[in-house]
Amino acid sequence: MLLRYLFILLVIIPAKAFALIEVDITRGNLNPLPVAVSPLSIDNKSKENFRKILKQEDLGSEISIIVENNLRQSGLFNPLDKDAFLQEPDVANLKPRFEDWNLIKAQALVTGKVTFVDEKLRVEFRLWDVLAGKEMMALAFTTVPSNWRRVGHIITDKVYERLTGEKGYFDTRIIYIAEEGPKTKRIKKLAIMDQDGFNNKYLTLGNELVLTPRFSPTNQMVTYLSYFRNLPRVYLLDIETGMQEVVGDFPGMTFAPRFSPDGKKIIMSFAKDGNSDIYTMDLENRIVERITNHPSIDTSPSYSPDGKRITFNSDRSGYQQIYVMDSNGKNVKRISFGNGLYGTPVWSPRGDLIAFTKLHKGKFYIGVMRTDGKGERLLTENFYQEAPSWSPNGRVLIFYRETKTNSKGEGFSAKLWSIDLTGYNEKMVETETDASDPSWSSLLSN
Amino acid sequence: MNLSKILKNAFLIILASLVLTACATKKTSTSGQMQGDTYTGTDTVKELAKGVPDRVFFATNETVLTTASRETLRKQAGWLRKNSDINVVLEGHADERGTREYNLALGERRANSAKDYLMTYGISSDRISVLSYGKERPVDSGSSPLAWSKNRRSVTVKAN
Repeated sequence: MLLRYLFILLVIIPAKAFALIEVDITRGNLNPLPVAVSPLSIDNKSKENFRKILKQEDLGSEISIIVENNLRQSGLFNPLDKDAFLQEPDVANLKPRFEDWNLIKAQALVTGKVTFVDEKLRVEFRLWDVLAGKEMMALAFTTVPSNWRRVGHIITDKVYERLTGEKGYFDTRIIYIAEEGPKTKRIKKLAIMDQDGFNNKYLTLGNELVLTPRFSPTNQMVTYLSYFRNLPRVYLLDIETGMQEVVGDFPGMTFAPRFSPDGKKIIMSFAKDGNSDIYTMDLENRIVERITNHPSIDTSPSYSPDGKRITFNSDRSGYQQIYVMDSNGKNVKRISFGNGLYGTPVWSPRGDLIAFTKLHKGKFYIGVMRTDGKGERLLTENFYQEAPSWSPNGRVLIFYRETKTNSKGEGFSAKLWSIDLTGYNEKMVETETDASDPSWSSLLSN
Repeated sequence: MNLSKILKNAFLIILASLVLTACATKKTSTSGQMQGDTYTGTDTVKELAKGVPDRVFFATNETVLTTASRETLRKQAGWLRKNSDINVVLEGHADERGTREYNLALGERRANSAKDYLMTYGISSDRISVLSYGKERPVDSGSSPLAWSKNRRSVTVKAN
C-alpha cells in the first residue's frame, strides 16, 4: 500500500514541476497562485520625461502596482511583497535568476521595461514560469503616455489569459449611477470609471433623474433612462463626444434599455395605459418593432450573445418570473420555477448562463441558471441587492446592494459589489459616492 | 449552584416577557395604520382641496384599488369636475422591495388604475397624465413594512 502511494507521488511530482503553470478559474480562490510582479525597469531619461508629462515619480513602479492590484482583486493570484524581491528590475527583465524567485515562493514572475520614445510610451513585458525556468510570453506595444493606467490593465489581461486560458476583463470600464443625498430626494448622476475605480468621471450634472445605463458592445455609446423634463425616456449618449439624444420618444414611458450584441438596435420596454411591452428600435433607420404583446408587465429584456434569443422579465403567470423567447417574440417559454420572484435576467457573454435577481422570503439573491432554467445556483444573499452585469469574459458579476435603514430611516447606502461566478471573492467596489446600476464594458483593446 | 439556576430561569422569564411586550406594542402600532399590508393612515396624505386627499395606497405587488382608494378618487373626480381648468399628473410609486425596472412598470400600472377610475367618473383623459417613479421617490425612508406601505402609492398632483 505504502509503496503504491510512493509510486504515484514520484510520477506526479516531476510531471507537475515541468509543465508550465496553469490556473484553474473554475474552482474559486482557495489557493491563489503566488506571483511576483517586478517593477518595470525604466531609464533615467524616460523617468524624467514621464515625470514631467504625467506627474508620476516612477512610472515603471506605478504600472507594476496596477498589475499587482488587478491580479490580487481577481482572487486567483497572490502577488508577493516587493520588499522580498532580490533582483533589480532591469536585470530580472533580461534573465531572471529563477533560484532567487523560487526562494520567495513565486511561481510566476512578471518583468518589463518602459521607455519614452518619440513622445510615446513604449512598454515590453515578459511572463516567466519560475519552477520550469522558462519564458511563457513576451509582448511589446506603444501608446500615448496618458494611457499609462491602461498599459497596466492590458499587461494584466495578457498575463491572466496566458495563465488561465481565458480572456481577461481588466482593460474595461464600468458605467454606473452615482447617488447622493437623502433617500427621499436622491440625486443621481451618470458616472464612468475604470474597472479598478480610477479615472472616475461624472457624465451628467444631477439635474434630472437618470437610471440603468448600459454599454454598447462598441464602447462608444451608452443607453440609459433619463427623466429630462419629467418625461422618462430612453436616451443614447456618446461618451467621447458627450452628445445625447432621445431614442425612445414614444407616447408613454420607455425604460429598461439594452443594446443588441451587434450594437445596432436598442431593446427596451414601452409602458402605456398600464401595460409594459418589449420593443426594439433600429438605430440606423429608426424602425420600431414590437416584440411582445401581452397585458402583463414585460420588462428587463436582454439578448443572447448570438442575437437569436431574448430573455426577459414578466408577471404573466401572476408574479415576476424569467422567460426566454426567439428574437422575433415567438416561442415564449418560462424558465424560472423555483420558490420566490425572479427579475433582471442578463444573458452571459458566453451564452450558457443567465444571471438574475431573486426575491424569496424577504431576502434578495444574485444567482445564475442555465438558459433552460435548470441548474439554478444562488451566489449571494442580502437584505437588498439586484441588477447583475457580467464581466466581458463571463467570470465575474458586478451588482449593487442597498442597506436597511434604522427605525428613524437613517443609515441608507448603496454600493457596488462584485462576485466570482464560483460564488467566491465577493467584495465591495470602491466608488467616490454611493453607487448603483453598474454596467460592465467589453474589453477596450483587441 | 441552585441559586444561580433559579436566577438564570428568572432572567429568562423576564427576557421572554420583554420580548412579548415588544411584539405586542409593535403590532398595535402598525395595525391602526394598515389593513392587510395596505396603508390606511393619514401621515403622509395631503389635500388637493378641503376634504380631498391627494393619494391612494396599494398592497404589495398589487395595482387593485381598495374601497378606501375608490372613495378618495371619487372625491378627486368631484373636485376635478368643479375645477375644469385644472389638469393633473398621477405619480405612481412602488416600495424598495423590488427590482428597479419592474417597479417602474408597476408604478405606471398603479397610476393608470387611478386614472381609469377617474375617467369612469367623467374626467377626460386629456386632463390626466401619468408619471411613474418606480421606487425612486419614497416618502418614508424607513425599511419597515409600515414605511413600505406608505411608499406604494399613486399621488394626484396639480399640473398647472
